[in-house]
Amino acid sequence: MSKENQLIKFTKKGIYCPQGKFYLDPWFPVEYAIISHGHADHARWGMKRYLCTDDSKAILQHRLGTDINIKSISYNNSKTINGVKVSFHPAGHVIGSAQIRLEYKGYVVVFSGDYKTQPDFITQPFEPVKCHTFITESTFGLPIYKWKSEKALQDELQSWVKTNQENNRTSVFFGYSLGKAQRLMSLLDGCDDIYVHRAIHNLNNTISGSGIQLPETKLWSADLDKKTIQNKIIIAPPALLGSRMLKRVPNVATAVCSGWMQIRGNRRWQSVDAGFVVSDHADWDGLISAVKATGAEQVYVTHGSQAVFSKYLNEIGIKADELVTEYGDEALAKAEKETENIVTE
Amino acid sequence: MKLFSELISTIEITNKTNAKIDALVQYFKTAPDKDKLWLIALFTGKRPSRPVKTTLMKEWCMELTQLPEWLFLESYSTVGDLGETLALLLPEPTHQLDLSLNEWMTELKALKPKSDEDKKAFVLEAWTGLDQQERLIFNKLIGGSFRIGVSKKTLVNALAKLTNIDANQLMHSIIGNWDINSISFEELIHGKHINYDNSKPYPFCLAYALEKKLTELGETNDWIVEQKWDGIRGQIVKRNNEIYIWSRGEELVTKQFPELVEAFSNFKDDFVIDGEILAMKNNDVLLFNDLQKRLNRKNVTKKLLEEVPVGFKAYDILEFNGDDIREQPFENRRKRLETLFNSVALPEHVKLSFIVDFKRWEDLHDIRNNSRAINSEGLMLKQKKSPYHTGRKKGDWWKWKVDPLTIDAVMIYAQKGSGRRSSKYTDYTFAVKKDDALVTVAKAYSGLTDKEITEISQWVNKNAIERFGPVRTVKPELVFEIAFEGIALSNRHKSGVALRFPRIARWRRDKPASEIDTIETVKQLITAP
Ligand SMILES: [Zn+2]
Ligand SMILES: [Zn+2]
Repeated sequence: MSKENQLIKFTKKGIYCPQGKFYLDPWFPVEYAIISHGHADHARWGMKRYLCTDDSKAILQHRLGTDINIKSISYNNSKTINGVKVSFHPAGHVIGSAQIRLEYKGYVVVFSGDYKTQPDFITQPFEPVKCHTFITESTFGLPIYKWKSEKALQDELQSWVKTNQENNRTSVFFGYSLGKAQRLMSLLDGCDDIYVHRAIHNLNNTISGSGIQLPETKLWSADLDKKTIQNKIIIAPPALLGSRMLKRVPNVATAVCSGWMQIRGNRRWQSVDAGFVVSDHADWDGLISAVKATGAEQVYVTHGSQAVFSKYLNEIGIKADELVTEYGDEALAKAEKETENIVTE
Repeated sequence: MKLFSELISTIEITNKTNAKIDALVQYFKTAPDKDKLWLIALFTGKRPSRPVKTTLMKEWCMELTQLPEWLFLESYSTVGDLGETLALLLPEPTHQLDLSLNEWMTELKALKPKSDEDKKAFVLEAWTGLDQQERLIFNKLIGGSFRIGVSKKTLVNALAKLTNIDANQLMHSIIGNWDINSISFEELIHGKHINYDNSKPYPFCLAYALEKKLTELGETNDWIVEQKWDGIRGQIVKRNNEIYIWSRGEELVTKQFPELVEAFSNFKDDFVIDGEILAMKNNDVLLFNDLQKRLNRKNVTKKLLEEVPVGFKAYDILEFNGDDIREQPFENRRKRLETLFNSVALPEHVKLSFIVDFKRWEDLHDIRNNSRAINSEGLMLKQKKSPYHTGRKKGDWWKWKVDPLTIDAVMIYAQKGSGRRSSKYTDYTFAVKKDDALVTVAKAYSGLTDKEITEISQWVNKNAIERFGPVRTVKPELVFEIAFEGIALSNRHKSGVALRFPRIARWRRDKPASEIDTIETVKQLITAP
């Protein structure tokens, strides 16, 4: 039995560390869960104990309930659990997101959670971590996915808002409450007043409350005067697409912001006015550079493109296997809507 | 190409026809003359032939990117469009090329006779000098289809908005014979090269679906009943020895149906006739699927003319020797039409739509139910005194279609759609039971809501048991009610039957796969003609 097998096991409930007696982002209720970040497909209900980063703690409490049994540590600090040294390292995905590093008798496993290698204006940037075994995501694991720089993206979004304003239109951006919303706020900061949906507003308050500074926003509520929001910026969760609340926005111009917008067919599918390629996951080059930087002798691939990405890694001489998990965009979309309890009326 | 590239981006993202029209109008207001002409040429299929083979483009892209072929194909299957896949895979541009649409098209035309090396040098130079969106357009200009949701009609409506010229005239102008090098934009839209007085059609008179009891229509004597045919509604315009064929989509389709042009030149009189263009063989009407093979072809080959001969069933006459007779009662127009058709010897594929003989309203039920046997869609009821209305008007004309046939089948394959739906599984293959196994009976890709498609796509991702290119074999679990217009025995199909216009009537979440139909029960739906 290899050392890695002592340290991690892939079970029905999730990725398990038998030595440490804890799970990583499990999808069924367990005794002890170590959580990479606050997205609903990674941080789920029903765990007896949670451990996460300091920056994620308030987010998890906000989403899963203040009564959960939760502890946190800061990035790059460690805690030893049943002899296994556990530490969190920035993943550059969303606020508070981390890669989880496990070390036992000199053998190191890193679970990436979700990550993005390109820096943005708001998330703690990704830091590569050396390891023997690397469990990586592969949401955008095809060479067609290449992201623009944050600056180029900022210009693109802001010029869209300006054009809308010239045509007397109100710009509405869609993105998940955790991650995409704060990223959009940072990209649009200084452009004009930014209004956010209540789900985002509440989450923002939680994040600010834990000492993280966010760009200034206002609450977008149904009773706001049309004139007040005319020509301004609104950020809302994707669940609001096509909702009644949206119909109350005067002269609306809608934009979906997601890595999937890279493909024209997806842009048209959404029936919106614009589709911007804004992703909080790594692009193809990002995935490859991240895997290489770990120096891992064994890679496991989760999320979406695992078949393609692991095949490619093997071809370039990195031993990789597919790992079927319950993570991914579709699980996220469903879970986010439930977690946020979003009212679309 | 910046302007053109922006136009394409705007058109692509919106599904509102008005926004498309506005973007086109804006382009026509700002673009150089020759670029405008190229836009019209490209959007109406007047494209020069492809100067570079797609296989070469794929090869050069793999060489540039150093990607293995399987990964290229995997990308292609996700994107669903070759020109776009290339544009996304290619590395960042190293320089900036800024040529107008006309300059690109001129260069591409000149490329055709050159050697593969020269072509490669040219294409690589372009690829490394254009941004992603421009590159995509460049690839499309080389020869991929420019299917971006702008029909000839939308284009014409934009031109009409810009110029206030009659839309049908514009349609004739842009479809007529013109050459980019010997006409200006102004000359083209004013129809310098055509004679619109000869081709001008009338708006079609359209019927509503029957919404009352037959007996409520009054006396059977006041009505004329015809079979409803499912082809392309068309107007044959013959004036001053010229013949034009207009489709109901307000497109000029004369060139697509040479056998009709030939048949109608037998007449001495001038006229405008309304009727149905149908695929016909030995007097029998064929399926619409057959007719489709004849549509939107750049060239109608001799082989195609033999394989799918086209005929015409005349319904009505709107103009006779220069007189607009649309206000005359239908029974008079019908007589006029009969006299006209009896005045010359016509080939057997051009005929009058026959009138259904019936005494009492209840006789029509059987006739309607038997429509399918002759590939008719049902019945048309027309009030004898009715004028030829402009557009849709309630009361004088009714269509009474046959009910669709349905079976319950299970999904066995799913494939991603192309274009707008390229990220979702939208094309499904369905099977019914044959002994202990399953046998494919139909492919269908319409009838579900966007929400259902999203849900099914997620299910397919989880339940694919085999992948073959873009096709996923899935666990036979999801049951659907498949509706179709007709069914016939077929030895070209493994199941032994061919369904006509299969579509998804609904998702039977309530039914387990064990309760789907068997091939025997499906065959029982066939009524001997
Ligand atoms: Zn995530
Ligand atoms: Zn994830």
